[in-house]
Amino acid sequence: MSAGHHHHLYLDRASLIHRLPPQCKIAAVVLFVTAVVTTPRGSWWPYAVYVLALGAVAAAGRVPAPTILRRMIIETPFVLFAVILPFASPGPKTDVLGLTLSATGLESAGILLAKGTLGVVASILLAATTQPRDLLLGLQRLHMPQLLVQIMTFMFRYIEVVLGEMNRMRVARESRGFDARHVGHLKVVAQSAGALFIRCYERGERVHLAMLSRGYTGRLPVFADARSSTGQWAMAALLPLVAVATTVAAWATL
Amino acid sequence: MTASLVVHGLAFAYPDGHQALYGVDLTVARGERVAVLGPNGAGKTTLVLHLNGILGGGRGTVAVAGLPVTKEHVREIRRRVGIVFQDPDDQLFMPTVREDVAFGPANLGLRGPELADRVHEALVQVGMAEYADRPPHHLSYGQRRRVAVATVLAMRPEILVLDEPSSNLDPASRRELADILLGLPITILMVTHDLPYALQLCPRSVILDDGVIVADGSTYDLLCDDATMTAHRLELPFGFDPRSAMSVAPAASPSFP
Repeated sequence: MSAGHHHHLYLDRASLIHRLPPQCKIAAVVLFVTAVVTTPRGSWWPYAVYVLALGAVAAAGRVPAPTILRRMIIETPFVLFAVILPFASPGPKTDVLGLTLSATGLESAGILLAKGTLGVVASILLAATTQPRDLLLGLQRLHMPQLLVQIMTFMFRYIEVVLGEMNRMRVARESRGFDARHVGHLKVVAQSAGALFIRCYERGERVHLAMLSRGYTGRLPVFADARSSTGQWAMAALLPLVAVATTVAAWATL
Repeated sequence: MTASLVVHGLAFAYPDGHQALYGVDLTVARGERVAVLGPNGAGKTTLVLHLNGILGGGRGTVAVAGLPVTKEHVREIRRRVGIVFQDPDDQLFMPTVREDVAFGPANLGLRGPELADRVHEALVQVGMAEYADRPPHHLSYGQRRRVAVATVLAMRPEILVLDEPSSNLDPASRRELADILLGLPITILMVTHDLPYALQLCPRSVILDDGVIVADGSTYDLLCDDATMTAHRLELPFGFDPRSAMSVAPAASPSFP
């Protein structure tokens, strides 16, 4: 992908991490997140190790911290849920800044937040260093079922087409004086959603016809070669290895 | 020489009982460029979908360069018949232009340098080689239409079938596409409502109405035949006169070779 047209989440850099084959990076992120999630309740030091490990990956991938922090906004709804926990959970209470909170709720919220945030940051790093196209290729290489890969490929290709269509429908509604302001208007919006679904369905049929016309037999041909060497796997394994070792150590010292 | 396309007595009714074709006869010689004209609902799209065996099962036969369109030949037929659909967003479904153009030849079993050559060759033919790595949604509509043509050229078809090739194109893109199509050494069947475009590109036209071919002749003569035109709801755009158009620009040379 030499032309200067990249997905907005992708940072076009030359780095060690960018050069790793996508399947290695996907496997590393999944393993890392699994290790983080299995960290035992009650030990907090492992999280410091995870943060350091991700920091090292970010540095190697030349992904600046402000970019990561900005993109963490996506986590906001999740954070709100975590904030409710200390108020809603049963069990012994503690006082924090004059508020009476559930101790276990507070701990749960902390763990949830820490684990969630680490997962989000790992995903941000993956997206910043891997083109969406390559992610699909990586999943294919990891033998994800063809059907799922194809669905994701088409989703990636058509998301902007569908958004464009949705936008045109909104403009058409508003041009005729419609302004969604109260619940009664929900019906109109719902009908638009239905119309959009039917349009997408019909487009799907037309795309299928076009595919059949060019000899589609059920499999998407694989073009780009994303072979991975043992060295590359070894390098990608560093992150999950650190995380797994940390979790194991945390369980052992519990 | 075998004709590129021979359609004989083709009739077809959709499962809901709607009869779209009532016995179509059409022969297109190799290298000819033929326009299929006709009002909406005349059966044009139904005819197109019969050419590569997407639709079938009715009466009559279709043969492409001598090979009958049947289930057992469907693979080779789809190589020989390159259909360019109306909406390029339907035709371009892969993440990048290069992969999309490669989709057809890859399904034919091409790999490696041979495949890359084929893709490059097709993109050069439509003047889009430098856009190979772009995602289709970053291209203009005219560029997408040209890439859509390349996706079927890459299969080296016997006949190129275009469904409304000039729809939604601005005048410059429309002319660019015409220049490209005129330069292709290939048989072309073009379904269109754009009568000046038919006149510019296709020396011969047929009119399809109510599921049968009702007129077949030189595009110029058909467009000048007011009685036939009116009878089949065909109208020239305001101010367009085929006589003066042809005196300014000579008709598309009657095809190669």
